[in-house]
Amino acid sequence: MYDNPNLERKVAQNETKISARNVQVFYGDSQAIKDVNIEIEARTVTAFIGPSGCGKSTFLRCLNRMNDTIDICRVEGEINLDGENIYDKRVDPVQLRAKVGMVFQKPNPFPKSIYDNIAYGPRIHGLAKNKADLDEIVEKALRRGAIWNEVKDRLHAPGTGLSGGQQQRLCIARAVATEPEVLLMDEPCSALDPIATSQVEELIDELREQYAVVIVTHSMQQAARVSQKTAFFHLGNLVEYGDTGQIFTNPKDPRTESYITGRIG
Amino acid sequence: MPLLWLILIVLVLGAAGYVAGRQRAMSSAGGDPRHLHSLPVYYGSNVALFATVPALLVLVVWLIAQPMYIDRTVAGEIPAADIPQGSTLGLVMSDVRRVAEGLDLAISQGVMTAEEEGALVAGESGIREKLAQVGVALGSDVSPITLASARHYRDMTATGNLVRDVLVLLLAVGGFGYAFSKTNRDFRARNTVEHAIKLSLILSASIAILTTVGIVLSLVFNTVEFFRLYPAAEFFLGTTWSPSFGGGSSLGVLPLLWGTLYISFIALAVAVPIGLFAAIYLSEYASPKVRAFAKPLLEVLAGIPTIVYGLFALLTVGPLLVSAFGDGGLFGVNWMSGASSVSTAGLVMGIMLIPFVSSLSDDIINAVPQAMRDGSFGLGATKSETVKQVVMPAALPGIVGAILLAASRAIGETMIVVLGAGAAARLSMNPLEAMTTVTAKIVSQLTGDADFASPEALVAFALGMSLFVMTLCLNVLALYIVRKYREQYD
Amino acid sequence: MTDATANTPKHGTSLYTESPRVKKRNAAERRFQIYGIAAVATGLVFLIVLLTSILSNGVGAFQQTFVNVPIYLDAAKLDKKGERNIEDIKKVSTFGYQPLIDDALFAIVEENVSPNPLAKPKDTKALISASAVAQLRDYVIAHPEKIGETVDFRLLGSSRVDGYIKGRVTRESIARDKNINAEHLDIVDVLREKGVVKREFNMAFITGADASESRPEQAGMGVSMLGSLFMMIVVLVLSLPIGVAASIYLEEFAPQNKWTDLIEVNISNLAAVPSIVFGILGLAVFIQFAGLPQSAPLVGGLVLTLMTLPTIIISTRAALKAVPPSIRDAALGLGASKMQSVFHHVLPLAMPGILTGTIIGLAQALGETAPLLLIGMVGYIASNYPTGPLAGFMDPNSAMPAQIYEWAKRADPAYYERAWGGIIILLLFLITMNIIAIILRRRFERRW
Repeated sequence: MYDNPNLERKVAQNETKISARNVQVFYGDSQAIKDVNIEIEARTVTAFIGPSGCGKSTFLRCLNRMNDTIDICRVEGEINLDGENIYDKRVDPVQLRAKVGMVFQKPNPFPKSIYDNIAYGPRIHGLAKNKADLDEIVEKALRRGAIWNEVKDRLHAPGTGLSGGQQQRLCIARAVATEPEVLLMDEPCSALDPIATSQVEELIDELREQYAVVIVTHSMQQAARVSQKTAFFHLGNLVEYGDTGQIFTNPKDPRTESYITGRIG
Repeated sequence: MPLLWLILIVLVLGAAGYVAGRQRAMSSAGGDPRHLHSLPVYYGSNVALFATVPALLVLVVWLIAQPMYIDRTVAGEIPAADIPQGSTLGLVMSDVRRVAEGLDLAISQGVMTAEEEGALVAGESGIREKLAQVGVALGSDVSPITLASARHYRDMTATGNLVRDVLVLLLAVGGFGYAFSKTNRDFRARNTVEHAIKLSLILSASIAILTTVGIVLSLVFNTVEFFRLYPAAEFFLGTTWSPSFGGGSSLGVLPLLWGTLYISFIALAVAVPIGLFAAIYLSEYASPKVRAFAKPLLEVLAGIPTIVYGLFALLTVGPLLVSAFGDGGLFGVNWMSGASSVSTAGLVMGIMLIPFVSSLSDDIINAVPQAMRDGSFGLGATKSETVKQVVMPAALPGIVGAILLAASRAIGETMIVVLGAGAAARLSMNPLEAMTTVTAKIVSQLTGDADFASPEALVAFALGMSLFVMTLCLNVLALYIVRKYREQYD
Repeated sequence: MTDATANTPKHGTSLYTESPRVKKRNAAERRFQIYGIAAVATGLVFLIVLLTSILSNGVGAFQQTFVNVPIYLDAAKLDKKGERNIEDIKKVSTFGYQPLIDDALFAIVEENVSPNPLAKPKDTKALISASAVAQLRDYVIAHPEKIGETVDFRLLGSSRVDGYIKGRVTRESIARDKNINAEHLDIVDVLREKGVVKREFNMAFITGADASESRPEQAGMGVSMLGSLFMMIVVLVLSLPIGVAASIYLEEFAPQNKWTDLIEVNISNLAAVPSIVFGILGLAVFIQFAGLPQSAPLVGGLVLTLMTLPTIIISTRAALKAVPPSIRDAALGLGASKMQSVFHHVLPLAMPGILTGTIIGLAQALGETAPLLLIGMVGYIASNYPTGPLAGFMDPNSAMPAQIYEWAKRADPAYYERAWGGIIILLLFLITMNIIAIILRRRFERRW
């Protein structure tokens, strides 16, 4: 593990990738997200932190419209990806999700071979011209997922046979294989042991070079370790958003301070 | 002693045992139930159980075994030469039993005295008339050997009954005494009673096994009997089915199997796509409202008895198909002559199986974890891509199991084919022709007036055996697959 | 921070325009969804067709054509001695009543139809059910004092007349019918206008007994309903306690061993064994081996019990499983024995679930036909009510589904209507049972 180099890194020059304006989310009658405004930058790791049930995962799922799959969920407000409102009627969530990939809390490889797991996205989006092309994409994705060396000899073994940490890196590689621009990660390490966690965290840091990464985590240490920007959510409100170093060392809001010092949570 | 009295006496002993056991326990504790090991109820129940259960068990066994034993003994004494032409030992024995029963009745109703009975001579003293007076009608006059056998039968029954009565009473009294003597404040009555209850629970659970054993035995015995009369090779490999009750039938199972499989195939061709797509739609696409409305309605189809489907096939679907494919029909072709056909039965059976396939598949599709779908959606897959490439492959083993179960249903279905498929056994490819199935022939061979000992009736058991084995294999395989599938996601 | 709107999309594709590939994929998506809707719709259409054909064909069975005839109970024919001695009256067979009906009906035809197409009183026979004479005789024996008077009778029309009124029989279809001809139908037309021939509700279809092959107008479901009732009593009395006991053992006491496994595999297997096989079992074991009477509801009940047991066991085990372990622990923690914890706490809590499962099992058993064919509950005309409870179990009888099958097999198409009508009655019973089960579930369902 490395000693929090992110605090020193200057990130101000990055352009905005996603901007959210007055986002409200309702589950039936209850409001889960209240009036959230945030600008997420490209080539940056943004961490969402906050106590359980604060709405951080819900908000994350809004960013690639995963909430569409829940019947009673309703989103109001505007979320722009590269200046285009993703909740516009003309936007096809399928096309959106190709640009905004997602990695879930529990590793969820498909009950297929490792190769087919990675090739699934490129196949449905038609990214490969031929078999050789596809092989190349798969290898590239596995390398970027930092798992190539471990699985290159058994690409046709089932993906479910890997260890938990390997499965999660496989899922990240799977998400990377579709060439997304943003990568959303919903507590990607919560089901992993410490060693696997550190491997995934290293991987996240590497991914920052090409993607905007948004990670939800309940571990403040993890947020401090991997992110440049941190947003603190509480009871559906975005309480504070800023550079990770500032949030952890000099929070402006008393609620943020209480959370970070462990008084609420 | 009449049976009813015997049972009553045992039960009264049991009731007395309950009271006595309870009191003895209470008095041994000095009237304070707190000094007892168990609640007083248990002491009473314990004595009651000991007094009644062994006695009644022996009684039941005796009631079943005695007639069988006496029957066999008496039958063994009838010389083969004394069986009239055209009759069988079985028929003579049933005469013997009727005469014996009639004599008992006649004496008990006072039509004749025991002495008069002893003086009866076969063929002379109007036994038939006497017995007719007490309502026992005999086909012919009583022959000497029948009368002698009947007397022997009566003697043995009388002795047997006496021994039975004594034994049962002894057991009841003995059980009472034993349990009563053991009753005192330190006796663990609750454990004994609970043990007895547990034993009865185990017995109940074992009925499932007894049923299977009963099925297997009744099939095996009669099938073996059939193969003694009719060569097995001809049964399994014969391509003609033409039973004639006069003898000289050909009983080849192949045309029946063909009909069964053909109809089942059509049924599955209807039920699997519709059922599967309905399940996919209802579990993946439909809004909760649509689902709450459509799912129970589809399941109504499963709750409708098969006789209704049979009638539907015979009177609605059959004529409908004829009006389409028959002479002067909608399509101007004459491919169908009667309402009964493979398609009629297959189509209706398919309708019956739709909810079966759809609700089984629905369960199985729902067992695929949501994380799997999220993973696919997160990569930008559409719903149909997710269903086809992630959910279905994951659910495949379970769905195969469901289809196998549906196939087993189709093969074993009776009423629809009895009413809708026709009676002619033939090997033909035409789906608009009448054919018949294994189940339909089981019904027709066993509901006719055939003698149970003839190959024409016994063949039904061989058919039943084939059916049982086929469906058993399908069921075991399907249940195994489904079980493995569920374990995977548990 | 830079302005968001200044960015141009990296992939060169705007989210607002569908790429051709996405268009194609979405089209496939819509097609797939349409297949699903089509499948559900097909299933529902089948259901609707089935229900309409049941209703449209079966409702007619609840109505019957009656002929209202005033009949002069001629003392000269019914009681020649004139002493009103009941024994003398009983000596006149149904045969002796035929002329009275013929004459009365002939007079009505004479009065209403001119010219009268019938040559002699006997020709009116085609209009009236053959059961009318028995009805008349029963009435006279019950009311001997009415002899010599004219009494209004409501007689069953013959099945041809009934069919004509209901539209099943037409002038074309009777061209070669020996039992009736066009003149009779003309008479029916006139008499119907005059209100002599009427179509009315037919209680006898619900309460009556089966009739012989030639008298469909007289046949009813009543006796076979009783047969079913007695069978269901056997099923309930045997399968509920045995099923519950077996489930308690398997769910609460059974050790994990080969024997338990065997029982479990057996039960799930029995649930899938074809019902006809149970019929073979019943025939071989209960009738051939144990010597119980053929066609008896007792035997039917035993066979159906064996069939219903797996259903009841499976649902009872689910109900027991749904009771949380904490309840058992609580009882055990107070020093109750395992047996007491089960019988005092778990079983009562599981009871609604058990009853629901039992009712559904009974409903299945009520509609089951195939095994009843093999134990002789068809091919038998259930024309007598059982004389008492014991006879109800032991005497040959039919059952509702077997009766329907029997009617469906008879040659006279008038019986088809009866079969459909029988189905309506059977389905009403099943619906009632299922509704009770649903109400039970709703009312007592507990989520832990």
